[in-house]
Amino acid sequence: MDYSQFLMMPQEMGLLAVFLLVFLYDTFMPERSQRGLPLFTAIIFGIYTVLSLFVCCTAGTAFGGMFETNGATWAIKAILAAGTFIVLLQAAKWTNSEFVSVRRGEFYELLLLTLFGMYLMVSARHFLLFVIGLETASLPIAALAAFEKRYYESHEAAAKYIFTAVFSSAIFLMGISFVYGLSGSLYFNDIAMAVAGEPSALLIVAIAFVIAGVGFKLSLVPFHLWTADVYQGAPTAVTAYLSVVSKGAAAFSFLIVLVQVFGAAYSDVWEWMLYALIVLTITIGNLFAMRQRNLKRFLAFSSISQAGYIMLGVIAVNAVGMASLMYYVLVYVFSNLAAFGVIAAIERVSGKTTIDDYNGLFKTNPWLAFTMMLAMFSLGGIPPFAGFFSKFFIFVGACQQGSVAIYVLVFIALLNTIISLYYYLLVVKAMFISQDDCVVPAFKSVCTERVALVLCTLGIVFLGIVSCFYTRLSDISVTSFPGL
Amino acid sequence: MMIFNNILIYFVIIPLLTLAGLAFCTNAGRGIRAIRAVAVTGATALVALAAYLVYVFLQTRAAGVADEMILRSDVMWYAPLNIKLALGVDGVSVVMIVLSAIIVFAGVFASWKMSPLPKQFFLWFFLLSTGVFGFFISIDLFTMFMFYEVALIPMYLLIGVWGSGNKNYSAMKLTLMLMGGSALLMLGIIGIYFHSAPEGSPLTMNILEIAHADAIPHEWQMYLFPLTFVGFGVLGAMFPFHTWSPDGHASAPTAVSMLHAGVLMKLGGYGCFRIAIFLMPFAANQLAWVFLTLTGISVVYGAFSACVQTDLKYINAYSSVSHCGMVLFAILMFNTTAMTGAVLQMLSHGLMTALFFALIGMIYGRTHTRDIQKMGGLMQIMPYLGVGYVIAGMASLGLPGLSGFVAEMTIFVGSFMHEDLFRRVLTIVGTSSIVITAVYILRVVGKLLFGPVIDEHHRSLTDATWEEKLSTGTLIVCVAAIGCFPNFFVNIISSSFEPVVQALMNN
Repeated sequence: MDYSQFLMMPQEMGLLAVFLLVFLYDTFMPERSQRGLPLFTAIIFGIYTVLSLFVCCTAGTAFGGMFETNGATWAIKAILAAGTFIVLLQAAKWTNSEFVSVRRGEFYELLLLTLFGMYLMVSARHFLLFVIGLETASLPIAALAAFEKRYYESHEAAAKYIFTAVFSSAIFLMGISFVYGLSGSLYFNDIAMAVAGEPSALLIVAIAFVIAGVGFKLSLVPFHLWTADVYQGAPTAVTAYLSVVSKGAAAFSFLIVLVQVFGAAYSDVWEWMLYALIVLTITIGNLFAMRQRNLKRFLAFSSISQAGYIMLGVIAVNAVGMASLMYYVLVYVFSNLAAFGVIAAIERVSGKTTIDDYNGLFKTNPWLAFTMMLAMFSLGGIPPFAGFFSKFFIFVGACQQGSVAIYVLVFIALLNTIISLYYYLLVVKAMFISQDDCVVPAFKSVCTERVALVLCTLGIVFLGIVSCFYTRLSDISVTSFPGL
Repeated sequence: MMIFNNILIYFVIIPLLTLAGLAFCTNAGRGIRAIRAVAVTGATALVALAAYLVYVFLQTRAAGVADEMILRSDVMWYAPLNIKLALGVDGVSVVMIVLSAIIVFAGVFASWKMSPLPKQFFLWFFLLSTGVFGFFISIDLFTMFMFYEVALIPMYLLIGVWGSGNKNYSAMKLTLMLMGGSALLMLGIIGIYFHSAPEGSPLTMNILEIAHADAIPHEWQMYLFPLTFVGFGVLGAMFPFHTWSPDGHASAPTAVSMLHAGVLMKLGGYGCFRIAIFLMPFAANQLAWVFLTLTGISVVYGAFSACVQTDLKYINAYSSVSHCGMVLFAILMFNTTAMTGAVLQMLSHGLMTALFFALIGMIYGRTHTRDIQKMGGLMQIMPYLGVGYVIAGMASLGLPGLSGFVAEMTIFVGSFMHEDLFRRVLTIVGTSSIVITAVYILRVVGKLLFGPVIDEHHRSLTDATWEEKLSTGTLIVCVAAIGCFPNFFVNIISSSFEPVVQALMNN
């Protein structure tokens, strides 16, 4: 075996190194220094994230074409790493809390392993590796969701998650087996060549199964039913991770599978399927979000509809759409994590998570309220915050396809932004306008939380105004996918 | 950076610096003085810069530069989509910038005693004005649209936190309706972008390049024109999308009503002119009748609605619907005279409505009611405010010597110049609004100012303070200036319509 192939996967190797360091710290450091584990993990992961930004990304394949690395995979992995870094910062205080601290090592190890699985998903060019990545990224999250052992909701979340994850994997594998039966290969390129001829009914079913399988992971409507309960029940740090990092990885690999495997020959088929899913996802996600009072459920539905917007970048099937998708994920990471950061901080101090609890928050905790407002504005697509730019670009990407149907789709998505703005403004209204007697008391957030929130705020403010991020992603997607 | 040599960029930088300055102030104790000082400095700098801009503009034109837009500069922003920070002004934008600067200046003084949270109020206030100025100086679709939305969202908190009455409902309704308009607009802009250049040339967002290329296919224009026109029309309070306006104005605090009716609604008219009609002349010609009918209804319906209101702010909000309808109505007449009238009307309406709302805010601050049934004889009690109100009313109903007369006269003369019977009939219908305006203005003036004093408690009230006098005095002088020297303004704006009218003729 040619070991130099491992040089093609510097980001994965780096992540494994971080994992091993955390594992060694957890195993061999004395009990009294165990409290330092969260900070230790955050710091070395931060170093890793920064280093991975500068790693020279040579495009190429490894392991006989099963694994591909190029500019786009590098970029999406860097984005996921940034998101994970912020989640680690946000979780630091919580993992040291009374009932969680005994298992704090497991939390970090499992979290890093799921990230490793996502990396594999993103880079896989063979369905076997893809499924390994998918499972590695899914199953540990169930354990993470059950982390708050004391709470019934946490167990329920874990059970719901594991059932849907297994179920969706099964459907996905069913689809893959059809594909294998038709093409005799599991390599993306081979399948694409083999199925290029006559359209077959079996393949259409296979595509539907693949879409359904990944749709579960992305919580596209109608495969979204687990989302709200899991988001509500899981510890907030896990919810944040699930809604941002996990979703970003799934969205990107979805794009790769659809475009690279079924792209040319079957674009008519899967584009219409995706079209219907997008309309349903955006609309239903929004309509349900309006009625939620619990903020974690609220963000669950909001993230369902955001996934619908992300899918607009998939349906575009062009370089602009690709770049916009990555950019959207990047902006979404910062915006959503800002919201979760505030929720986690307030939940930690007061245990409150409903919108009404946030009444008058501006009076007592102006900075948290301000950050939350920025997050809501960014998610709602209000300029000059980054969310506006990402929405605009993803619409441009979709419209570049040029058909009237796509314009109609974008129009529906735009109408939905108004609905979404309504419920995002409800949170702003609670914090700034409504008055209440039992306001969350003023408190000082801990250092790690504050660093995480500052990072998110900087992201929300500057990712849009400073154009180099999008420009870079755009260059990358042009060079990485010359066929688009 | 070359762009910093362009004075236009400072219309955005000054409000941003003011924001930065305000961020360092505090609400507590003597902080209010610092807040006022920063706000007044920012607003004064804007007025000075606007005056300088007029000077530069006149000098350039006098020197014989006949470009459509002057003070051009482009900086690439998002290269993959060819989005630039493109600046440039013509006569229409110059007068709009002047109007905005004056109203921001007056607005700062009108909210002198703002409480609670004066710092946050001025932060949002200046963010709003950043958006407004950015919109008027840009000639790139994307940046225009971005600044447009920057100007909209502060309204939500300005009304929600500092407003009165049914403020939660009004703020949400206003924000969602305007954002609904901007959703249409975003689709329109994306559509225009993808048809902005002939096959093979790079796509562009620059308005001038799009207009010169004239490449938008006619069938696409038929979709994109309504999207953009309605998108901006919502902000211009076009019937039937005007319903946010009365509630929003009634609930908003004084300075916000001033800025909103005075400037923000003009963004709608300006956008219809600059984007919808300028870029898509074919569809504009084809579909003008639809929008002429709608705006004609706005003009008459707004005036009638104002007649039956008893809340001072509602009266002026409906009167704004009528007057802003007249702006769009005139723009759709497609000749230089009517369009000149439209811009004069924007200017005139902006100033006099701001004056109205300032005065109403001051009266309300004293009497704690805006219901004209509960007030009377205020002229004896607060003569300064009373006289100001009469002047604003006279301007509104078109008394010669004040701004309203010049604007409406030009509009109706221009509209009637059309050979088309349909337009002439609509003009005649529209003219009736002048009479109705007189009805509701005189009714209010008679009842509010000259009737007997209804509430004896009102006798103890005081007249305007110095900052209120400064705020309203500025506006009164401007209203009179337009009325007495209309040629000065006509000279600035008239050259701007040639390209538009030419494009409309060719299609």
